[in-house]
Amino acid sequence: MTAPRDIQAYLAEFDDIPGTRVFTAARARQGYWLNQFCMSLMKDENRRRFRADERAYLDEWPMTEAQKQALLDRDYNRAIDLGANVYFLAKLFFTDGKSFLQAVGTMTGMTADDYQAMMIAGGRSPEGQRSIREGR
Amino acid sequence: MARITAGVATSHVPALGAAIDLGKTREPYWADCFAGYEWTRRWESEQAPDVIVLVYNDHASAFDMNVIPTFAIGCAERYVSADEGWGPRPVPDVIGHADLAWHIAQCCILDEFDMTIINDMAVDHGLTVPLSLMFGQPAQWPARIIPLAVNVVTYPPPSGNRCWLLGEAIARAVASFPEDLNVQIWGTGGMSHQLQGSRAGLINKPWDTAFLDRLTADPEALRRIPHIEYLREAGSEGIELVMWLIMRGALGPGARELHRHYHVPASNTAVGHIVLENG
Repeated sequence: MTAPRDIQAYLAEFDDIPGTRVFTAARARQGYWLNQFCMSLMKDENRRRFRADERAYLDEWPMTEAQKQALLDRDYNRAIDLGANVYFLAKLFFTDGKSFLQAVGTMTGMTADDYQAMMIAGGRSPEGQRSIREGR
Repeated sequence: MARITAGVATSHVPALGAAIDLGKTREPYWADCFAGYEWTRRWESEQAPDVIVLVYNDHASAFDMNVIPTFAIGCAERYVSADEGWGPRPVPDVIGHADLAWHIAQCCILDEFDMTIINDMAVDHGLTVPLSLMFGQPAQWPARIIPLAVNVVTYPPPSGNRCWLLGEAIARAVASFPEDLNVQIWGTGGMSHQLQGSRAGLINKPWDTAFLDRLTADPEALRRIPHIEYLREAGSEGIELVMWLIMRGALGPGARELHRHYHVPASNTAVGHIVLENG
């Protein structure tokens, strides 16, 4: 009933959404070790080891240099480009003592105060945010 | 015989749990959001369900990238609250109903839904926040819980129609359980929200409102919403709403709306909540 018959067409539509990266199988595969690194931060012992020497801890994981750098920079959009998923990155937000609201706001290019104010005012309008191709 | 008497849907934003746990629900930011659950708190205490089939998604707590079940049913006696990085939420252990859970698992598999059976699982905010919203802060949860975890993180998640059909299968399974039990089914997650990228913070009140309306006015239309529409209209995390359709599919065509609440924002998210009487 809602089943797409053409997997390529199904996936291609995801690239038409502005400012959004859908966590597809390709990204899940690319980001496997990055996301598993994030999972390791659920253990306090690992959080302490990471905080003590972020680079050394990251080097224990078979990630690409670009993935490691995105994490060191806390560049979450770049990390998501390289296969991270936000629910896994959340382990890093919390390790840093950041809330979802604070961390997510950094991905928008807005200041934390402006992002919070936008949410309280009703959030980001979907107008013009639905489709790049159709400009709606 | 066991019977599904009602369906409840609610967002499960982690900040709602934190607000409850830290005693902030009457602060100006939160007061209106929590006020919309007071009706349901009273109603739930009157209804006193024996068992709740609680449909939710795990947020990289029990399941990591190693195992990604589309539909996983908890068949354990007990579940502990997950440590999501801040320490476990200070809530009671969740007590399961292993006999009914195994019964549902068996029936659904025979009904051609290939369920994953889980026996050792911590439950995260996706499951415990709805319990706190409906029951407050009791020493023990007043009902037994059957967790039903749905993958809505790694694409593709199940279609809305598949979720609906699973709901129908769960309803058949419950109806064939010989014990006399008052069972509710809850669908959680949503409503519109996006937690990533430059489009983060997207909220679509008109679309959310239409979704709430159609749960009773035109539920068949909800079955046909494709993933791309959730993504475009409700944000990348709005896809969680397919889980509401498991709840709706488990109810009859004459389900009646008893209560509704909608509030923006809770953190990054539009909070939606509805109570449906089976019929």
